[in-house]
Amino acid sequence: MTGFSAFRLLAEALRGNRGWTPHWRKAAPGSHYDVVIIGGGGHGLATAWHLARACRELRIAVLERNWIGLGNTGRNTTVIRANYLLPSNQRFYEYSLRKWESFEQDLNYNAMVSQRGVLNLWHSDGQRDAHIRRGNTIRLSGGDAELLDVAALRARYPFLDFDNARFPIKGGLWHGRGGTVRHDAVVWAYARAASDLGVDIVENCEVTGFEIEAGRCRAVQTTRGRVAAERTAICVAGSSGRLAAMAGLRLPIESHVLQAFVTEGLKPFIDDVIGFGAGHFYISQSDKGGLVFGGDLDGYNSYAQRGNLPMVRHVCAGAMALMPAIGRARLLRSWGGIMDMTMDGSPIIDRLPVEGMFLNGGWCYGGFKAIPGAGDCFARLIASGEPPPEIAAFRLDRFQRGRLIDEAGSGPRPNLH
Amino acid sequence: MRIPHPDLGLRDIEEFTCLGDACLCERPQASADHRDFCDYLYLRDNPAGPHRELWFHEHGDQSWLIVTRDTCTHEILSVEYADMRPTEGGRP
Repeated sequence: MTGFSAFRLLAEALRGNRGWTPHWRKAAPGSHYDVVIIGGGGHGLATAWHLARACRELRIAVLERNWIGLGNTGRNTTVIRANYLLPSNQRFYEYSLRKWESFEQDLNYNAMVSQRGVLNLWHSDGQRDAHIRRGNTIRLSGGDAELLDVAALRARYPFLDFDNARFPIKGGLWHGRGGTVRHDAVVWAYARAASDLGVDIVENCEVTGFEIEAGRCRAVQTTRGRVAAERTAICVAGSSGRLAAMAGLRLPIESHVLQAFVTEGLKPFIDDVIGFGAGHFYISQSDKGGLVFGGDLDGYNSYAQRGNLPMVRHVCAGAMALMPAIGRARLLRSWGGIMDMTMDGSPIIDRLPVEGMFLNGGWCYGGFKAIPGAGDCFARLIASGEPPPEIAAFRLDRFQRGRLIDEAGSGPRPNLH
Repeated sequence: MRIPHPDLGLRDIEEFTCLGDACLCERPQASADHRDFCDYLYLRDNPAGPHRELWFHEHGDQSWLIVTRDTCTHEILSVEYADMRPTEGGRP
């Protein structure tokens, strides 16, 4: 692989761009690997790259049932941030955000990492107190948070409905290092770098079962034949329950649908990511000009990758309450992604009760921003068998031990997190 | 998505709240082991296909329904009233 550089761009421009080659090899599945990673999204490919980089001798395959990046990596709203309240979450997401900051240099790829900032608004005294507490917690943990008053907000966001009769804006918590990343480019970058290190990326290869003998996983059955593996790692958030069922396991996870939306392209209008505090609604503007926004889960179990119209109306009502100007924009597309919603709203990265099997899942709707951090930590877990400190709290048995990480405080109700 | 209520006919899902898997009706006995309660509270089959689930007709007749619905297509296969009589293990 030849690296990307300004010189290379210039040279290719002069040669009619005939020198570019495919980013990754189209591999056929081998019969035996040291590590098989199931799922060719951001998490699976990041894990493969980190593992291949740390342990060059390992034979690694990534099995993807479709084309890579066609699942949730291509369906999210591209936001990255580390503004959590609970220490175990904040520690991990801060770690991941630092990895985003060096992502483009580490992978020699332009993923349009843009730390444009994330703003969360509040509308009542109670919310103000909660945001001040959150801001203080983030700063104490070494992250960044800044309180903005209404005067500062009015100067920066003249288009918001500050005097909304029901949800007047009273202030906001600013997280300047948050932002957005081009989601497809993340997958392409990891696939290119992993393939270059010898990882087999096998597309259109669906896992249909596991060969488990005496409590140990020996191989995976796929639509393209049997693949023996010393270690099997599951990175299929959204479908973790389905894969676990094939291994005879039940997980503290329900699969739910979350919808996202994009308007027609507009001139630059929203500089950063803005979150409404009175309902679940957040919005940013892509570099192409479309307003990208999302809101709540539909609220029922689903694997359909599409939602229903009541939630479209609910999210758009939130948009209108926050910024009435958006009513003039036309909605271009909406789509649904399947979320691994856990019982406490936090992820699970751990060994499974079957020897040789590992799980990275339960990301709820926070999986995209976790990609570089989770890829690194999951690779370390697979290599050593022990979870590194950044993910030490995300164990599978925390539910039995009462060590839940319930950021929203809504109890064991996956559709409320 | 509309739910065919046993007595009220087709009702829009906006009238309902979904609680989740109907296995919540099968609460362990009070004397059961800690592990059984953990499994009951946290673990789910989470099937891709027919799924029995509890829906509450919140903006309607306040009934609890058990809806069998395909999670891959959202097609509703059957609807019945949940049995809300107290059991030895207590109600969900």
